[in-house]
Amino acid sequence: MKYKALIGIEMHCEISKTNSKVFSSASNSFNDCPNGNVRPLDMGFPGTLPVVNKEAVRKSIMMSLMLGCKVPEYLYFERKNYYYPDLPKGYQITQETKPAPIGCFGKLRYDCNGEFHEAIINNIHLEEDTASQQHFPSFSTLDYNRCGVPLLELVTEPCFHSSDEALAFLETIRSIYRYADISEADSKKGQIRCDVNVSIMDADLEEIPENYGTKVEVKGVNSFGAAKAVIDYEIDRQIKLKESGEYDSMPQQTRRWDEDTMTTIYMRDKVNAIDYKYFIDPNIPKIKLSDDWINEIKDSIPVLAHERKEIYMNNYGLSNYDATILVKDKNVSDYYEDTIKCGADPKLASNWISSVILGYLNKELLSIDDIYVTPSMLKELIDMVQDGTISSKQGKEVLFKCLEENKDPKTVVEESGMKQIGSADEILKIVTEVLDENSDNIEKYKAGRTNVVDYLVGQVMKKTRGQANPGITRSMMIEEIEKR
Amino acid sequence: MKNSLKSIEELHSDLVSGNVSSSDLVNESLERSHKLQDECNAFVTIMDDAKGVSVNDNLLSGIPYGIKDNYSTKGILSTGSSNTLKDYVPFFNATAVSNLEKLGAVPVNKTVLDEFGMGGTGTTGHTGVVRNPWDKTRMCAGSSAGSACAVAAGVYPYALGSDTGDSIRKPAAYCGIVGYKPTYGMISRYGLFPFASSLDTCGVLTRSVRDAAIVVDGMKGIDSNDMTSWDSSRVHLFDSIDGNVKGKKLCYVKELCDINNYPDATDELRKHLSNFFDTLDKCKSLGIEVEEVSIDQKLLNAVGSVYVVISCAEATSNMSNLTGISFGPRSEGNNYHDMMKNYRTRGFCSLIKRRFVIGSYVLQAENKDRYFFNAQRARRLIVDEWKKLFEKYDAVILPVGSGPAKHLDDSKNSKISNIEPLEEHLQIGNFGGFPSITIPNGFVNGLPVGVNITGNCYDDVNVLNIAYALEGSMDYKNQIARGYDYEV
Repeated sequence: MKYKALIGIEMHCEISKTNSKVFSSASNSFNDCPNGNVRPLDMGFPGTLPVVNKEAVRKSIMMSLMLGCKVPEYLYFERKNYYYPDLPKGYQITQETKPAPIGCFGKLRYDCNGEFHEAIINNIHLEEDTASQQHFPSFSTLDYNRCGVPLLELVTEPCFHSSDEALAFLETIRSIYRYADISEADSKKGQIRCDVNVSIMDADLEEIPENYGTKVEVKGVNSFGAAKAVIDYEIDRQIKLKESGEYDSMPQQTRRWDEDTMTTIYMRDKVNAIDYKYFIDPNIPKIKLSDDWINEIKDSIPVLAHERKEIYMNNYGLSNYDATILVKDKNVSDYYEDTIKCGADPKLASNWISSVILGYLNKELLSIDDIYVTPSMLKELIDMVQDGTISSKQGKEVLFKCLEENKDPKTVVEESGMKQIGSADEILKIVTEVLDENSDNIEKYKAGRTNVVDYLVGQVMKKTRGQANPGITRSMMIEEIEKR
Repeated sequence: MKNSLKSIEELHSDLVSGNVSSSDLVNESLERSHKLQDECNAFVTIMDDAKGVSVNDNLLSGIPYGIKDNYSTKGILSTGSSNTLKDYVPFFNATAVSNLEKLGAVPVNKTVLDEFGMGGTGTTGHTGVVRNPWDKTRMCAGSSAGSACAVAAGVYPYALGSDTGDSIRKPAAYCGIVGYKPTYGMISRYGLFPFASSLDTCGVLTRSVRDAAIVVDGMKGIDSNDMTSWDSSRVHLFDSIDGNVKGKKLCYVKELCDINNYPDATDELRKHLSNFFDTLDKCKSLGIEVEEVSIDQKLLNAVGSVYVVISCAEATSNMSNLTGISFGPRSEGNNYHDMMKNYRTRGFCSLIKRRFVIGSYVLQAENKDRYFFNAQRARRLIVDEWKKLFEKYDAVILPVGSGPAKHLDDSKNSKISNIEPLEEHLQIGNFGGFPSITIPNGFVNGLPVGVNITGNCYDDVNVLNIAYALEGSMDYKNQIARGYDYEV
């Protein structure tokens, strides 16, 4: 490669797990009714004032700590002034880098295809989201439900060199948001939005700012898939410009991602950048962040995905592959841990979840929270297989039936008469019956054709419709023949 | 009956004893409102459907009062005296109004202000000029012009005001009444249409210091809707006033009060300053020590510019919500941008637009340090200087403005050089969030003039107490504008 790419990311993620919005008492929840979650402040009515949501600040500080950022002594909020219909106050309350936002200068280790990299975080700041807009040919609609929802903006240095690295980082961050119960981080719900900046430079030069190429910022990248596409597209576009000698005369610029054409489109260059006239919001006094509170938040940071993975491998003996599958989705990982808490064997629980349940979820496009089978039901099923009540093949059938028909395993086993006949008395009765009917085969056996046992065991299975334990049946069959 | 001329305490005892009913007071107040409206244009709305209420233990219950039209009032037109909100009926009350409502106070009208409180003349409201009841060719000053006018004319014992630079305390002086701006944050700003949030303070205009204390006791209180409000539940202003001021110390600023600093002083200014020194003598006779202090003239000269820069910057941002899209009279336009532009261009008076331009200019990235940040630094220096005075003195006493009310016809107003610091020093009270009260201290050429007492933050009781004692040594307590002390 003659060139190397430098990629930086601004990732906006809504904090979805607070009761109310970041500066207003309106509910922070999904609402089918447009403009249903609205208080006077969200519409910018005259005389309304912002009140900082402590829980949003707590979650932001936790995120800042998890990213290894420096948390400031005092919290300030600033106004970013601009006119737009999605911003009824005429300014967005946010945090600029002066004075310090809720987190600065962090580092985060992340795994990209099995290799560890370090992402450099410039800052993370807490702000309010704007109203959502929908545009139709002759009109547009505004929904202020989103207006004022707490939003964390995470800004990285240009520390990624490929779309793979950027994507691995984004996935790591998303996992942290979910594991720390800060956000569902669901891009389908519009909770994650990214701006991506890309530049290229000669591969043999030292990676210092003087050697960086011209930064192109791409706005409105609203899914991880799009982020990958944008980065690949921009690298390709910029290399072509470089090859044709146009790259160095290209002005620093902002572009937007167009989903339809899968291209980036020029918006404005730096000269036309908007002056947001930032100043500290006088309605919010500076807030002292006490060491005690920060330590309390630090202590409440939950076990994150990579830490759970280590526990699964080291303590439960799972393979890297299985552990990775289980921690990918926090809800699955929680489900797995709950199953173990019910007393299930960790390895067996892992097998049942990853082979049967996850397969079913993928096929039906469901989430693990949607299924009827609870961790304690799964534990029952595992027990029935383990104690021989049903065979493992039957176990799979039972679990599928439970998932499809919303039943618990015990009921399914009873209703379908699937229960394996395990008691020696019952099996002996049928074995005797079969032997009585097959005296010729006893002769054959005694003459040395021991493979007739398979036929005889098959007869027992036929009579019991497969419910007899094949192992027990076999040994009992041989024992009984010998007796005759 | 001269009910409207009485103090709150007198009215309360009349109500309790049954000499008068709340309905009588409300009706009388409405009648006086209409008469004053014809003569002075003090109101945006007169609430003819206002009703008396049953009287409770609170001194304010059953007594009518006025609300400046930049307070949000539920179900009642609230315009900020601006065309941009000429049809705006809020669906929530300002906290201060709610607090008074809970006590049983009865609002009877909404008073005119300079558009959104920006202006010191009482002439820029969308319903026209407010005239001074003492002399209708003169202004009330602003921005709480209608409130000052109505209280001076005996419509009721008090009206709510707001003060960003001197908007309560200057009109009080021009109208011969009391204007009290308590410590920043004592009264919630929730529901007050913002002008400059770091300076805006709710307060009251009354005809006596005790009345001012009673009303602010009723308005104040920490509010979960205003993060800058603080818990004053242990502060009882009215109960704490005892008039005992022996050994208190006041200072005045030489550079502002020395007539020799104004070579082209007018007759009015001479009389005003001379009257101020007479007032100082009265302070001394009460046992108060009064000393002259000197403040760097450069600092005093900076006050006006600091105020303009900070207040305009905050105002530009605060009023960005006025787009005519979700409330206010929506303008036509080909797109939302034109709609906003047309609405704002037509809606605001030229004075406000000028201030928006200044506010935007000083916040622009290339100007911010030179203007906005420097103004904030200078604000800090000025406040520090006053805080130093408060280490030694209970309060600063200064004359309000350069004399009595100015002529509405500006060509009749004399221009005096170096007068700006004297006209603008009340803004220092807003820079520091200091409690500050103006009381009438006499007449110049037949028109009332005022004196101001400003103390340290949270020292409201001390400030009120000095003002109360001084008021008692003069003859202007409960005074009504000439011609308005009639009986209904």
